[in-house]
Amino acid sequence: MKIDRRKFLKLTGATGIGLGLSATDIFTKGTVEASSGHSRVSTAATRLAMVINIGKLKTDDDYQRIIDACHSIHNVPTIDNPKHEVKWIWTDTYKHSFPEQINEYHPEAFMKKRFPLLCNHCDHPPCVRVCPTKATFKRPDGIIQQDMHRCIGCRFCMAACPYGSRSFNWIDPRPHIKEKNTEYPPRTMGVVEKCTFCNERLERGEEPACVESSNGALVFGNLNDPESEVRKILNTHFTLRRKPSLGTMPSVFYVIGGEDYAG
Amino acid sequence: MYNGGKIITGLIIFVALATFPFYANFGKTVELPSELEAEPDEMHLGNIPLVNMRSEHMKLLDQWRDEVVRGGKRFIEYDGDEYEKSLQNGCLGCHEKQEFCTKCHTYAGVKPYCWSCHFAEGEEGLL
Amino acid sequence: MLDKALTGSKKYWTLVIILLGISGVGVFTYLHQLKTGLGITGMSRDVSWGFYISQFTFLVGGAASAVMLVIPYYLHHYKKFSKIVILGEFLAVASVTMCMLFIFVDMGQPMRIANVFLYPTPNSILFWDATVLSGYLVLNIVIGWATLHAEKKGTSPASWVKPLIYLSIPWAISIHTVTAFLYAGLPGRHFWLTAIMAARFLASAFSGGPALLIILALIVRKYTKFDPGKEPIQAVGKIVAYAMSVNVFFILLEVFTAFYSNIPGHMHSFEYLFVGIEGHSKLVPLMWTSVILAAVSLFLLIPPGFRKNESILVFACITVFISLWIDKGFGLVIGGFIPNHFGTVTEYWPTIPETLITLGIWSIGFLVLTILYQVTVSVREELGTAKSEY
Ligand code: HEC
Ligand code: HEC
Ligand code: HEC
Repeated sequence: MKIDRRKFLKLTGATGIGLGLSATDIFTKGTVEASSGHSRVSTAATRLAMVINIGKLKTDDDYQRIIDACHSIHNVPTIDNPKHEVKWIWTDTYKHSFPEQINEYHPEAFMKKRFPLLCNHCDHPPCVRVCPTKATFKRPDGIIQQDMHRCIGCRFCMAACPYGSRSFNWIDPRPHIKEKNTEYPPRTMGVVEKCTFCNERLERGEEPACVESSNGALVFGNLNDPESEVRKILNTHFTLRRKPSLGTMPSVFYVIGGEDYAG
Repeated sequence: MYNGGKIITGLIIFVALATFPFYANFGKTVELPSELEAEPDEMHLGNIPLVNMRSEHMKLLDQWRDEVVRGGKRFIEYDGDEYEKSLQNGCLGCHEKQEFCTKCHTYAGVKPYCWSCHFAEGEEGLL
Repeated sequence: MLDKALTGSKKYWTLVIILLGISGVGVFTYLHQLKTGLGITGMSRDVSWGFYISQFTFLVGGAASAVMLVIPYYLHHYKKFSKIVILGEFLAVASVTMCMLFIFVDMGQPMRIANVFLYPTPNSILFWDATVLSGYLVLNIVIGWATLHAEKKGTSPASWVKPLIYLSIPWAISIHTVTAFLYAGLPGRHFWLTAIMAARFLASAFSGGPALLIILALIVRKYTKFDPGKEPIQAVGKIVAYAMSVNVFFILLEVFTAFYSNIPGHMHSFEYLFVGIEGHSKLVPLMWTSVILAAVSLFLLIPPGFRKNESILVFACITVFISLWIDKGFGLVIGGFIPNHFGTVTEYWPTIPETLITLGIWSIGFLVLTILYQVTVSVREELGTAKSEY
C-alpha cells in the first residue's frame, strides 16, 4: 500500500485572499432570511450578488475569456448539438436576454451588445421551490446550490427556471470536456447543473472565476452590505435585472447607463 | 389451457435469475488484500480509529459530502493542519485510487458509483 | 382469483403474447436509454419534458373514469352501473401504473428515485404527485379486488371497503388537481400559468377516461360473454358529452384571455401550436386534427339522437380520445416550452427509441388491463352473471 502523508493538499495558506469573505463568515452571519410586509427584499446579513458592466465588455475576447474561465474550471463539457448543450455562463442579445423589456428604440449600439447570462441566484428561486428532493437549495448567503449526489434528474427545475439557466446532461459529458480540471468533479449523465457562483472558490477566499477574469467588468460582493462595491455601483448607475415582473428577485444586475458603463 | 403450474414455475425461475446480482454477494465474507501498516489505534483523518476505517470510510465520505455541498464547511482540522474534506483532493491526496481503493473494492466486490463524476488522479475509468 | 388470468381463450393468449412482445421491445429500448442517456430522446435544453411526461399527464385522466362511475353508483345508488364500476376501477389501476412508469423512464437518475421519499419535500408538487398517485393505485387495487372477491362469493363487500370507496372520490380529484399544479405554478410559463388549469384537467379527464371506458366495454362485449348492458353505456355517453363540452369551453376561455388581452407571452404558445412561429410548425397539423376531431365529437355527442346509436357513440368516443390525446398528450406539455425563455423556438419531436419506450409502457398498461378484465369476466362467466339485466 503506497501512502504518502505529504501528498495531500494543504490549504491553510490559501484562505483570506480576495474578497475577505471566508466560509465561516458566510455561514455564521447569514442565517436569517426574512421579508416583511410587501417587501421581497432579503434582510439576510449576506446576500451575494453580481454586477455586470456591459460597457466594459468590448471585444469578443472579453466575453470568451469569462466563459472559458468558468467552463474550464468546472469541467463544463463543450457539446456542439445545441439541444444537448451544457452551459453555466453564455451570452445572448438584448432582445433574448430581456424579452419582457422590449424597446425597439434603445440606442442601436446597445441593442447590438451581447449580455453574459448565468444563474441569477434569485432571492425567491422557483427552482428550489419545485425540487422534490432538496437537491437544489438556497444557502444562507443567497447562493442557489445543487447537490449532485441527490439529483434524480426529473428536470422540474428546468421547467421552473424562467431564465433558462439550467442544463441537463442528456449525454455523457466526459468525452466532451476540453481541458480537465482534476480538482473539481465533472458531472455525469442524468443530472441537472448550473452556475454555483463558484462557491468552492469563495470558500477558499477567491472570487468567482468569471469575475476574476473579467478585468473589472464583473463585480461581486455582498448586496446587503451598504459599503460593498456592488452597492456603490448600484447606487450610482442604472441597472436592469431579467424578468423583474416574476418577483424572483435576481442577484445579477446589468449596468446599462453611466459613462464608462454605457453601451 | 391449464398449464398454470408450469407458468408459475417459469416465473419463479425468471425472478430468481433476474435478481441474481442482488443476492449473489449476500453473506460472502471478504478476504481483504492487505494488513494495516500503521498502528490500529492510531486516528485516521476524520477522527476514526484506523481499525474502523474499513467499515466506516463510506460513512465518513457521506458525511463529508453533506457538510461540504450542503453545509459549505469545506475544511477540517487534523494534527494542527487544515485539510480539504474532499474525495479527489483529500482521500486521493494520501491514497492512490487504483492501488488502494479499487484494489480493495475489487476484492470486496463493491463498485462505488462516485467515479462516474469524481476524477481519480490520472485515470479515467469508472471503477 | 389471479389464477383466472392463466386460463383463457386462444384470443386472450394471442393478445397477451402480442402485448408482452411490445413491452419487451420497450424494456429493451429502455435499457439502451439507461446506458446512453436521455439524449436518445427528442428532448432538449429548451424542451426539457417530452413524450414521457405528456403521456403521464394524459393518463392521469384515464384514471378518472373510475370516479365518474363510482359517484353515481355509490353516492347516488345508480344501480345500472353495478356491472361496469369495476371496469372503471381496473382501468384506473392500469392508467396509474402507466403514469408511474412514464415518470420513471423520464428520470435522469432512476436508481435514486427513492430520494423523493427519503427527503420528503412538501413544497414540491412532484413530491405530492408521487404520493397521491401511489395512494390512488393502492386504493383502486384494493377496492376493485375486494368487490370482485365479494361478488365471486355472492356476498357484499367487507365493511371496510365502503370508507375506502368514499375516500377514493376526493382522491381521484386530487390526482388531477395536483398534476395540473405541476404546470400551473411555474412563473414565466404563460401557457401553463392559468388558474383554470386544474379545472381543464378535470374536464378533459372526465371526458377522455369515460370515452376510453365505453370503447373498452364494447370490445369486451364483442369478444367475451360479458355484456355491460345498453343503458349504462348510454349513461356514460352522457357524461362524455357534458365533460367534453366543458373541456372545449375551457380551452376557448384560454384563447380569449390570451388574444383579447393581446399580451405577447400569452399568445405565443397558441401561435406556435396553431399557426407556427417563424416557419416552425411541426405541431400545427396535429393540433388542427385535434380541433377538428373535437368539433366532430361534439356534433355527434350533443344531439341525443346520434348518441343513442351505439356505433355513432363509439365513433364519437374514438374522436374524443384522439382529440384529447393530441391536446393533452402532446400539445399542452410541448406547447408550454415553446417558445423558450429567450423568445426563440426549439422544436420537439419524439425519436424512434422514445416512441418504442412509450409504446412499451402503453402495452404494459394494456397487459395489466387485459389481465384484470380477464379475471373479472371469468368470475362473472362462472357465476352466470356476465349479462347485464339493463
Ligand atoms: C492524511 C492522509 C490521509 C487522508 C487525507 C486519508 N487517509 Fe485513509 N489512511 C491514511 C493512513 C496513513 C492510513 C493507514 C494505512 C496503513 O497503515 O496501512 C489510512 C487508512 C485508511 C483505510 C484503512 C485501510 C485498511 O486496510 O484497513 C481506509 C479505508 C482509508 N484510509 C480510507 C480513506 C478515505 C475514504 C479517505 C477520504 C475520506 C481517506 N482515507 C483520507 C491516511 C489518510
Ligand atoms: C480495506 C479495504 C477498502 C479500502 C482500502 C477502501 N474501501 Fe471503500 N469499501 C470497502 C468495503 C468492504 C465496502 C463495502 C461496504 C459495504 O457494502 O457495507 C466499501 C464501500 C465504499 C463506498 C460505498 C459504496 C457503496 O456502494 O455503498 C465508498 C464510497 C467507498 N468505499 C470509497 C472508498 C474510497 C474513496 C477509498 C480510497 C480512498 C476506499 N473506499 C478504500 C473496503 C475498502
Ligand atoms: C453526479 C456527479 C457526482 C457523483 C456521482 C458523486 N459526486 Fe461527489 N460531488 C460532485 C460535485 C459536483 C461536488 C461538488 C464539488 C465542490 O463543491 O467542490 C461533489 C462533492 C463531493 C464531496 C466534497 C468535495 C470534494 O471535492 O470531494 C465529497 C466528499 C463527495 N462529493 C463524495 C462523493 C462520494 C463518496 C460519491 C459516491 C458515493 C460521490 N461523491 C458521487 C459530484 C458527484
